[in-house]
Amino acid sequence: MIAGLVVGAAFEPITYPVTRADLVSYAAAAGDPNPIHQDEDVARSVGLPGVIAHGMLTLGLAGRAVATWTDGAEVVELGCKFTNPVVVPAEGSVEVVVSGSVKKIEDGLATLALEVTCNDVKVLGMPKAVVRA
Amino acid sequence: MPVDQSLVGREFPPTSQRTVTTDEVAAFATALGAVPDDTVPPTYPIVLAFDAMNAFLASEQIDLFRIIHGEQRFAYERPVRIGDTLTATLTVASLRQIGGADIIGTSSAIHDADGALVCTAKATLVHTGGAA
Repeated sequence: MIAGLVVGAAFEPITYPVTRADLVSYAAAAGDPNPIHQDEDVARSVGLPGVIAHGMLTLGLAGRAVATWTDGAEVVELGCKFTNPVVVPAEGSVEVVVSGSVKKIEDGLATLALEVTCNDVKVLGMPKAVVRA
Repeated sequence: MPVDQSLVGREFPPTSQRTVTTDEVAAFATALGAVPDDTVPPTYPIVLAFDAMNAFLASEQIDLFRIIHGEQRFAYERPVRIGDTLTATLTVASLRQIGGADIIGTSSAIHDADGALVCTAKATLVHTGGAA
C-alpha cells in the first residue's frame, strides 16, 4: 500500500517550467520532428497561436507528477485529450501545473484524476492515471 | 484531401524492432526535466507508437505538420524495461470528418521480442487537411 493513496486525497500540485530548449530536447529524444514545435511560421500556418509544446511532453510531465506522488508506483493506464495548446515563448518559459487526487481504489488499482493547467487554462482533457496501489 | 475511408480496420506492418537502451531512456527522461534513473517513463512507448504513426502517414502521404495530436491513451500489461526489444503494430480504428478535418483513431499494439503484448497505445490524430 502506498502512503497517501486514499480515496479523496489530493496531492500537492507540482509546477514544471517548459522552454523552447526543452522542446528541442524532447523532439530529439522522442523522435518527433514536427515543426509546429519549433517553427513559429509553420505553427501559425496550421492555425496555432504559436510554437506549442508536444502534447506528449505535457502528458509526460503529468506522468512525472504521478511518479513523484506515488513514489514510482507501476502505471497501468495513462491518458488524456489534448484540449488546449501549451504555447511556449521564444524567450523564457511557461509553467505547466499538475495537480491530482485519488478518485477510487479498487482491486489493488488506484485511479488518479489529474488536472493540468498552463496560465490557469486546462490544457489536457480528463487526464487520468491508474496505478498499482 | 480527405483520408480514404477504406482505411478503417486496416493493420499496418509492424515497425522495425527497437531496443530500449539506457541512453535513450535517459535522454527521454531528461527531456521531461527528470533526473534519469533505471525506470522508463510511462509515456516512453510513444516512441514506438510514433514510429508506427510515421509509417502510416508516409504510406498515406499525409504531412506530419498537418497532424495535431488529439488524444492519447496507454494501457500497460507490464512496465517497459531497459533491454526490451519492441515493435509497434498500428491499426486504423476509426475515421470521421468534422469541419474539414479528418479525425483518425489509431491503436498501436506494442509487443516484446517474445511476442507478448506490453502496451496498447491509442491515439486520435487530427488531420487539418489544408487546401484540397
